[in-house]
Amino acid sequence: MELTLSLAIGILFGSGVWLLLRPRSYQVIIGLCLMSYGVNLFIFSMGRLRTGAAPILSKYGETDPATLTDPVPQALVLTAIVISFATTALFLVVMMASRGLTGTDHVDGKERE
Amino acid sequence: MKLSPEHLMIAPILIPLFAGALMLLYEDRQRRARMVISLISTVALLAVSVQLLILSKGTGPSDANRIGLYLLGDWPSPFGIVLVLDRLSALMLVMVALLATPALIYAAAGWHRQGQHFHSLFQFLLMGLNGAFLTGDLFNLFVFFEVLLAASYGLLLHGTGQARVRTGLHYIAINLAASLLFLIGVSLIYGVTGTLNMAELALKLPYVSDADRPLVHAAAALLGIAFLVKSGMWPLSFWLPGSYMAASAPVGAIFAVMTKVGVYVVLRLSSLLFGEGHLSSGFGAEVLMAGGIATILFGLTGVLASQRLGRMAGNLVLVSSGTMLTVIGLSMNGASPGLVAGGLFYMVSSTVATSALFLLMEPLERESGGIAALLALTADAYGVEEPEDDAPEVGLAIPGTLMLLGGCFVALVLLLAGLPPLSGFVGKVAMLTAAMNPEGLNRLSAVTPEVWVFTAVLMLSGLATLVAMVRVGIQTFWVGTEDSLPKVMALEIAPVLLLIAMAAALTVRAEPVMRYMGATARALDQPQVYVGGVIRAERVGDEIPGPDAQPLARPEAPPEAAPAPETAPEVAPGAATPAPEAAPPAGEAAPAAPPAATPPDATPAPDAPEEAAPVPQDPPAPLPAAPGAAPGTAGGASL
Repeated sequence: MELTLSLAIGILFGSGVWLLLRPRSYQVIIGLCLMSYGVNLFIFSMGRLRTGAAPILSKYGETDPATLTDPVPQALVLTAIVISFATTALFLVVMMASRGLTGTDHVDGKERE
Repeated sequence: MKLSPEHLMIAPILIPLFAGALMLLYEDRQRRARMVISLISTVALLAVSVQLLILSKGTGPSDANRIGLYLLGDWPSPFGIVLVLDRLSALMLVMVALLATPALIYAAAGWHRQGQHFHSLFQFLLMGLNGAFLTGDLFNLFVFFEVLLAASYGLLLHGTGQARVRTGLHYIAINLAASLLFLIGVSLIYGVTGTLNMAELALKLPYVSDADRPLVHAAAALLGIAFLVKSGMWPLSFWLPGSYMAASAPVGAIFAVMTKVGVYVVLRLSSLLFGEGHLSSGFGAEVLMAGGIATILFGLTGVLASQRLGRMAGNLVLVSSGTMLTVIGLSMNGASPGLVAGGLFYMVSSTVATSALFLLMEPLERESGGIAALLALTADAYGVEEPEDDAPEVGLAIPGTLMLLGGCFVALVLLLAGLPPLSGFVGKVAMLTAAMNPEGLNRLSAVTPEVWVFTAVLMLSGLATLVAMVRVGIQTFWVGTEDSLPKVMALEIAPVLLLIAMAAALTVRAEPVMRYMGATARALDQPQVYVGGVIRAERVGDEIPGPDAQPLARPEAPPEAAPAPETAPEVAPGAATPAPEAAPPAGEAAPAAPPAATPPDATPAPDAPEEAAPVPQDPPAPLPAAPGAAPGTAGGASL
């Protein structure tokens, strides 16, 4: 499981970085999305990988912490998803404005000769 | 809910939040109402920040450094999110409030007509800035960073136009990428140490195992990259001059303080996490030093090469922030606290000056076609016929405009180049004195090569600023003045005068300000006070026996008297681990809040208990040695 997850994070992040460095704004936004997916998985994995363990304490009686998984990264990842979703939407709007104003989807607003 | 002075601490976040939200209820045409709300909010913010600054000074004779704490939701300290007010954050709060007011007045002269929701975005930016300065939690810092960045995206695009949208695209892309690095750094730190509270992190860092230490360093480096992008360190700063130049004048004026957020966080974390006495101390000092000097050099080259004031102002921001980064790097390498004190003074002075320059730029360049062309483009894109169609509130054009503009410009040149008599000079002298004489003025000590390089570069940057700005001044004021005098609105020049008056006040009152900065730098040199204050933060709930106990023990009385005697006995013998110390209060309130007691154990890091055990033996020890430093637990929400 660890190997699969780290490979997935690496591939997502690597492709994201490559796309981020491309000249078309659409590629940039997809790159940022892929990177944020990689980061979200990374945050999630920082709570250690456990299967079948809930991050919720029982309301009654003592609960053995060993049977639980860490709830903090899961809370963090929710926040991160929401924020990156919102900022990506904003970026999309700016991208479309740039397309409208400059007539090209090059990130510098003009084609390189 | 009882309202007590402690709640003042959260006011710098709540005031702009509510003001910004309230404005959304008004129609966009009711700009005057929005303007009034915005102005009231900013002035209130200024009053609150000044009050907090006075509180953070404490009442002691010389150095009393009081840490104000505010437990959000009244969760026990290392587990919940805590707002921390110390001298440094109070200073930053005041600086933001001081810069916000003139920028807002300037916007009232016309810029806030150029797009929608200027005032709301402005308030949300202030909220994010204040939150970032107050929070004591790394992830919360990320959230406030995102708040201020999201607002700044909108503000940068304010007025639209091709130049703004293009640089806005770059600005957003680089900041999104930096935020992702920030997230990786934060989660890596959590994965290794099991905490996000900066103070607890400072306690745990010396005891991280050797195998985990490279991971912590990697995380710190990633966080560092994220902050250095914000503060514009050299290889990460190419986005900055362009976007600052494209921003509208009032936005540029408030953006002048945005790089200082990055500087603030670097200063805060280097003081807390990489102080003296453990394996990680001084981590990144060389990078900061070399990067800072490279930033100054890059900035001064940019200043010399700039043909237009806008680009020059952007590069001056780089010089200012590069100087601060070098100062932090030098101080991590063992320079005296006086250097940081001088650096802080310089930072306030140069930020005020660059902010004023952004505001002065537009009236100066109006007749030369620069900004006029931009305005025309704006109007074109926005579909309005004439930007100055509806007359501004105060329409009188000032006689003797040129003299006034020229006078302001000269004052700014003096400030930015660091020439006497204004405060830029005082700041530079303070920095260089401390760097050259780390052990006091009359004692000879070896001057390290880094200090020589720093001195040379600082001098050079002053010279370059002087040359470049005087050149622009000659072109603007001495060439072709007879054909067209620039027209300036009173509302446009008043904020510039206000900012210059601030710098003048800073010069006249340099002694008390310098004393405050000195105490701030010494407090940063002794992070134990900050750490101890946060770890021992008392919950309001602890003082109340039951949830419905009516006779509420006045929580504001203890901060002065109670913690001081408590400090000494409680710290030295007690406090076996931070967890048990915080746990008993949570245990008392067990039926009410069972999860509070468990989170430390829930940390899945297998070596967490061993790490935690030896932790407090070292750090609290110096606490009794700092007698004036009674961490007043002035916080706690009585919810």
